[in-house]
This record gives sequence, structure tokens and C-alpha cells, in this order.
Amino acid sequence: MNLFGKKTYFSIEGTPEKKRNDKRKKKQEPSIPDGMWIKCNTCKNIIYKKEVSEYKLCPSCGAHFRMSPAERIAVTCDEGTFTELFADLKTENPMDYPEYENIISKAQEKSGIEEAVVTGCGEIGGYKTVLAIMDSHFMMGSMGSVVGEKVTRAVEYATENKLPVIIFTTSGGARMQEGIISLMQMAKTSAAIGRHNEAGLLYVTVLTDPTTGGVTASFAMLGDIILSEPKALIGFAGQRVIQGTIHQKLPEGFQRAEFQLEHGFVDKIVNRLDMKETLETILKLHQK
Amino acid sequence: MSETMKKVAIARKIERTNSREFIEALFDDFIEFHGDRYFADDRAIIGGIASFEGRSVTVIGIQKGHDLEENLQCNFGSPNPEGYRKALRLMKQAEKFKRPVITLVNTAGAFCGIGAEERGQGEAIARNLMEMAGLKTPIISIFTGEGGSGGALALAVADTIWMLENGMYSVLSPEGFASILWRDSSRVEEAATLMKMTAKDLIKNHVIDKIIYEAPEGIENNLEFTTDKIKEALRETLPVLSEMPVEELLDKRYQRFRQYGVFSER
Repeated sequence: MNLFGKKTYFSIEGTPEKKRNDKRKKKQEPSIPDGMWIKCNTCKNIIYKKEVSEYKLCPSCGAHFRMSPAERIAVTCDEGTFTELFADLKTENPMDYPEYENIISKAQEKSGIEEAVVTGCGEIGGYKTVLAIMDSHFMMGSMGSVVGEKVTRAVEYATENKLPVIIFTTSGGARMQEGIISLMQMAKTSAAIGRHNEAGLLYVTVLTDPTTGGVTASFAMLGDIILSEPKALIGFAGQRVIQGTIHQKLPEGFQRAEFQLEHGFVDKIVNRLDMKETLETILKLHQK
Repeated sequence: MSETMKKVAIARKIERTNSREFIEALFDDFIEFHGDRYFADDRAIIGGIASFEGRSVTVIGIQKGHDLEENLQCNFGSPNPEGYRKALRLMKQAEKFKRPVITLVNTAGAFCGIGAEERGQGEAIARNLMEMAGLKTPIISIFTGEGGSGGALALAVADTIWMLENGMYSVLSPEGFASILWRDSSRVEEAATLMKMTAKDLIKNHVIDKIIYEAPEGIENNLEFTTDKIKEALRETLPVLSEMPVEELLDKRYQRFRQYGVFSER
């Protein structure tokens, strides 16, 4: 299913209620294995799948499961307001990495989206904003040319139209298969955010599990306001890399959202159930 | 050994000329400044003011040592967040006094450790990328050895980027690439070639603008051969960048990084 290739599903006019509901139900599947029961990785309890609401929280311990962009939009934007932008960019193979085209098609099949970020425009509590929502189901949300370009275009669009930007991050970092060009996306996106910042516009990042590597070291950490979901893994270096460097055990809760809050790198940890309201209030308080 | 791996080995050689030696050879009146004003002085990054043929400049370099003792002091050239924050402080100072900034990049990468994470390695690098993109004074980056990923990029959002003949620049080390993508560390050579990380590869895809050649007997045995070429390039470039209206300078810098990306549009 190619939900985001077809803009009409999220046009402002909206699609008939029934059709949209069908789509949403289907969209819940990618991040939860097939079958009626799933296991929560946090509390290890077995959960009846139908008990997991659209917020994708563990009914037993409240753990925040990873979401797809469609699921995120459904619980974040006012109904029918999201319009996808810059959906036409297609990944190429700059480094001639073997089988890269195949890897991409498989990721597309698995995730149901074209690349690891969905960008567009929507409303939250009636306030218009540009959004970028990353997807860890697509090659671990890694940032290659297309992700970097879509984020940059979204930010530039916001600067041009004097709109705020909200980015939901989740990423393993730079897309290794695209080599040095993926590293350059860090500079490209950060430069675009610099211009948005210079224009006095609001930029909010919501760090979701996991946000690491080149995305942490670029646009994720540049928000005027940095929110995070509870217990999200947030860091620069991967835990195995750190262990390999220092040869000692990592402390409990290392690089989790609560650790980042304690060390001053996150403004507020927000439960997913309260996220829309929090974003709405932030947008409201920045109206001129 | 493949051509690329030979270059990687040269770039990593412990005898290879380090930033302090380059600064000594290229500039006069160097005064080193210390500390990020928040936490500490990271000795993996050295910086300060100097003059280049009568022109005041700010110079910042990632420092490696020639033996274990030196390397323990400068953390093998892997900066911590306070190093990047010191570099940014010196760059903002350069902006205030309208001095061009010259950075010397030579690092395996930003340090990966508990303290580095606690103090926000990601935030420090991100901040440098954004601030450098908008810094209202010219920036010239010279890759003198290793250019390891975000830790190198954090000093290389520049107007012009040069690389020594045996320098390199990549999204991660060839060892890391082989073990992460193929779970097979024996395929390092293959990874190094595939990654297109040498000066010759990088000039082709416009990641760098100029290759600066080294003496055949090794840079550490004939430093003047290379520093003469760097001086010539600085002599030519500094006046051009310094006289450019700031708006044009920043526009060109923005466009330079804006263009990176290989994709098609349906």
C-alpha cells in the first residue's frame, strides 16, 4: 500500500469518513507483528492487540510503541488537515552501493512509505504548521539524500511562508549506504534551520525512540523547544560503540529521555496522550 | 593493499604532521586560547589568534599527538563537546572582530564516551553546523589527515574546503562501515574503496574544492613542500573571501551545502 504516494488521502477537503477509518486500521499493522497477541518489550507482558489504542501505548505499562507517520498524523493533526508535501523525491544510489535499489524497495514494502520521512503541512488545534515525521520502520529512519532534502525543503517552505516547524525525529543516524553525501545532509538541514531561526520562526522537535547519530547531531538538537516521549533512546553515539570505546558497563537509563532531561538537553518529556495538547499550547503561545 | 587503504594508513600515521605543527609553520604570532567557558578546556582542539602575512586570523585545529603521552593529553584527536564549544566560541569571536577563520581538521571522529553523551556531543556538533552556516566571516577548512564523520564536519561548514593529498573524509571509518553494514570486519579494503573517501574521489563530487599535494618522501619529512602550497592558496583566497559582501558570502556558503543530495523527482 502506498499511502503517501497519493496526496488525496490527506487533502484538506478530507476523504469520506469510512474510507479514512479503513486506511487507519490497516496502517496500524506495520509496527506490531501479525497475530492477535503481542509482547511488550518493556514490561514483557502479553497484550491482546485490540487493546492497543490509536496512541500505540502498552495497555499494561504505558510504554510508547514506535509509530508510523500516518499513525502519528492521526493523533497529532486536526482531522483532515494534513497535506503531504515533497512526496515526489526518489532515492538514487550515489555510491553505487551493491543492491541498494533492492534494499530500498524492500524497506518500502515493509513500511508502506517511500522514504524514512513524511513532510507536509497541517493544523494542530487550528494552528497551521509545517511537519516532518520520521519513520524508524524504514531503514531505521536513516538520513540519506531524500530524507535530508525533504526536511530541508519543508524547513525552507516554512521560512518562506512564515510558519513554524515541528519535527518528530526517529533515526539511527546517517544513511551509510549513501556515503559522504549522507553526512552532508547534516550540514544542509542545519543550515536551513539556521535561516528559519534567523527569521524569528518557531522550531519544535519531538524526539521519539530512537533518535541517534547524525540526526541527533543536526536538526534534532536544534529545536527552540525540544520535547521527548518518555524513555526514548536519545544520543549521539550508539551504545555498542561507546562500550567498545571505553570497555565499561553503561549506567542504568543511559541515553534515555529522562537522562537527557536530567543533563539539560530536553525541555520536557511529554506523554503521547498529552502531546497534541502540548504542541497546541506551544503554537498558541507563539502566535504574533 | 588497495590505493585507498594506503592513503588511509598514511593519513593515520603517528608521525604525520599535526595541527600545532601546521599552525607553527603557516602563521606568525599565534596565541593559544583555552576553554569553552562552560565546562573545561578540551585539548583535542587547539585554537587562538595569529597572523597570516600581516592579516589577523582565527585558527582552530584538531590536535593529535606523536606518542602515547601526547595522545593521552589530546585524547587521540577525538574531541569532546567542550572542544566543539570552544571552537564555536573562537569562531564567534572571529565574527565579532571580522577575522577569517581557518580550521585544520584531523580526527577519527568525535569522542564516544559516557561524559561526551552526558555533556551533549550531539547538541555540540549540531550547534556548530547551524552557527557555522550563518557565521558572518569567511571560513576555510583544511583536511590534513583523517576526516571522521560528524566530528570533522563540525569544523568544516566552510566557504572553501581543501584537502591534503593523503587526507580523507567519510561518514564513518572503513572498519566501522564493514562491521556495521556487512558484519564482517575483514572487508575493510572493499569498504574503503566503495566509500570514495580519498581527496581524488571527494573533489569529483564537490565535497572538497582543492587538493594540496605532499612531498613524495612524506609530509613529515618535508613539511615546507606542503605549507608553501597552503600559503599560496591562502594568499589567493583570503582577500577574495574577506572582500566579499557578507550577504553574498553567506548565500554562497548556504548554496554550497544546499546542493548536496543525489535523488530524482517523479
